[in-house]
Amino acid sequence: MSSRALSTRFLARPEVGALVAAVVIFLFFLIVAPAFRTPQSLFTVLYQASTIGIVAVGVGLLMIGGEFDLSAGVMVTTAGLVASQFCWWFGVNLWIGALLSLAFCLGVGFLNGWLVMRTGIPSFLITLGTFFVLQGANLGVTKLVTGSVTSPDISQIAGWDSLGAVFSSSFRAGDSTIWITVFWWVLFVALAAWILTRTRTGNWVYAVGGAPDSARAVGVPVVRTKIGLFMAVSFLAWFAGMHTLFRFNTLQAGNGVGNEFLYIIAAVVGGTLLTGGFGNAAGVAIGAFIFGMTSLGIVYAGWDPNWFKAFLGVMLLLAVLVNLYVKRVATSRRSSDDL
Amino acid sequence: MNATRTRGVRLLALATVVALGVTACSGGGREKTDESDSGGGNAPGASGYTIAFVTHETPGDAFWDKVKAGAEQAAKDEGVILKYSNDPDAGKQAQLIQSAVDSKVSGIATTLVTPDALAGSVKAATAAKIPVVGLNAGIEQYKQLGALMYFGSDDTVAGESAGERIAAAGAKHPLCVIHQQGSVSLEARCAGVKGKVPGTENIQVNGADDAAVTSTIQAKLAQDKTIDYVITLNSQVALDTIKAQEQASSTAKVATFDLDAQVAQQVQDGKIEFSIDQQPYAQGYLAVSSLYLYLKNGNDIGGGRAVLTGPSFVDKANIATILPFVKNNTR
Repeated sequence: MSSRALSTRFLARPEVGALVAAVVIFLFFLIVAPAFRTPQSLFTVLYQASTIGIVAVGVGLLMIGGEFDLSAGVMVTTAGLVASQFCWWFGVNLWIGALLSLAFCLGVGFLNGWLVMRTGIPSFLITLGTFFVLQGANLGVTKLVTGSVTSPDISQIAGWDSLGAVFSSSFRAGDSTIWITVFWWVLFVALAAWILTRTRTGNWVYAVGGAPDSARAVGVPVVRTKIGLFMAVSFLAWFAGMHTLFRFNTLQAGNGVGNEFLYIIAAVVGGTLLTGGFGNAAGVAIGAFIFGMTSLGIVYAGWDPNWFKAFLGVMLLLAVLVNLYVKRVATSRRSSDDL
Repeated sequence: MNATRTRGVRLLALATVVALGVTACSGGGREKTDESDSGGGNAPGASGYTIAFVTHETPGDAFWDKVKAGAEQAAKDEGVILKYSNDPDAGKQAQLIQSAVDSKVSGIATTLVTPDALAGSVKAATAAKIPVVGLNAGIEQYKQLGALMYFGSDDTVAGESAGERIAAAGAKHPLCVIHQQGSVSLEARCAGVKGKVPGTENIQVNGADDAAVTSTIQAKLAQDKTIDYVITLNSQVALDTIKAQEQASSTAKVATFDLDAQVAQQVQDGKIEFSIDQQPYAQGYLAVSSLYLYLKNGNDIGGGRAVLTGPSFVDKANIATILPFVKNNTR
């Protein structure tokens, strides 16, 4: 009886469905794609997953808290553009630009949260607005500052090397390159997991997402928690933006559009409920890993690239279905246990 | 609520303090020169002509910046009032042409990327006796639509000449990177390459995400070690490819369509073999100038044929001449 209860409790965890899907997809590509079987490939997949996963952790937390952020994708580009152009225009140390950009992103996150809480308009609409504003401003400001739509070369400005070490360094282990973003990703996931499970703030996040009115009634600071979550997303978007900037040096002002959905997909595949109140950090991380694995696995398998998006869609649907199935099995067992 | 606000204020204050603290200026930024304009020109509208310039530009593409810069310079040089508008959606572009007709401009320059969708509006223009010239796309159809002249490159020809060039260098299995799904002109370029090197393989990447482009190409290079050339179709993807190639320790050579300052630098450094330039600045400049000459003097440019602005190869041999123009954002 107790072992059964244990397995039920295990199956009811949000990340289990995603974990099963990840293992299935992993084995699938091991079989069909010989090039997938090397450690180099695994680390390339982990890198790809980390660039999506870092922001997805924040987006996952926010979704558990019952809100969306559609501005997260372009904010990554905004973060890079603010830092790069400020420093280029004024010729100052890049650390100043990076901190300024951080303040700016946190400001946008705060504004998102504050507007949602103040007006009661769904976050879907508010952040859709921010999304368009940032997208337009990225282009408009870049054009004004540099006269083109690509940000300038900043690799000769002071601070480039030290910032590069923090955000976009890599080292070689054998034949594989391991990027620092993978470690940052793991760290952010661990931190999010700790906050969600071990702290009072974590309880608040679940409470404001699951039942905001009851949460407010029992004294949970709903407004503060939600604004904090929006700011967490913008912090992680800033972080991903810094990585992109210091790895690629020049940014195209139109980039980042569409990635907001990848973050949401990673969270949903990882077992986060779209309606809030349910999910966890490990699930979101596995969701991002599934995305990285699928998008590159298709390439490692050498399949016709025109079908790329179709393959991706099928894989993601399968992941969601497995997820749903596992959850259903778990809940039906739980109810039979109750009898 | 208050706590968050105070914390935010404190953070901003901290950033400001840090900014003020590190006052030492750093090199490598903007070169502070007098912002002298490219000079001269007539007063806007001195010639009395108004030219509408309609493109299918998706906002944020560096390429169209140069087309626009060329058109603006021509308008300035010839005292023409330029009305630039753009929409990537075929139906909306047709409306833009229609509204130019309705406002009775002196001439229309437009890209003809979706000839069927634009045919109606172009007919309306010719019916209203407004001269139309085509640019950038539509080389096959411009005459049939009733456009007088055409300035642009032929994507298939450009792809073929790139293919010829790498075939001569011994390419057997090049990879052609398509960064936008379902784009006719990008597919045509890769098809042109394939026409000359049958072993050409296409790959699809998400052009809006540099990290994804890099890891996808890296994965492809790891999957297939026989790839000896990578042909990219815009400059940012070319730069991403160099990163991917370093990671995958691949010896494949890189060649790209389009040109910008970073690509020019890489050509000079030998990381990129060559760039195939279709000279967007010239497309914009010539489209406006040809209308000006037609209106002013009845001239017909091109002898009844399309005027090709490309493919023009930029490689180690001529990069020294071209680099200053690239830095000026006109080439």
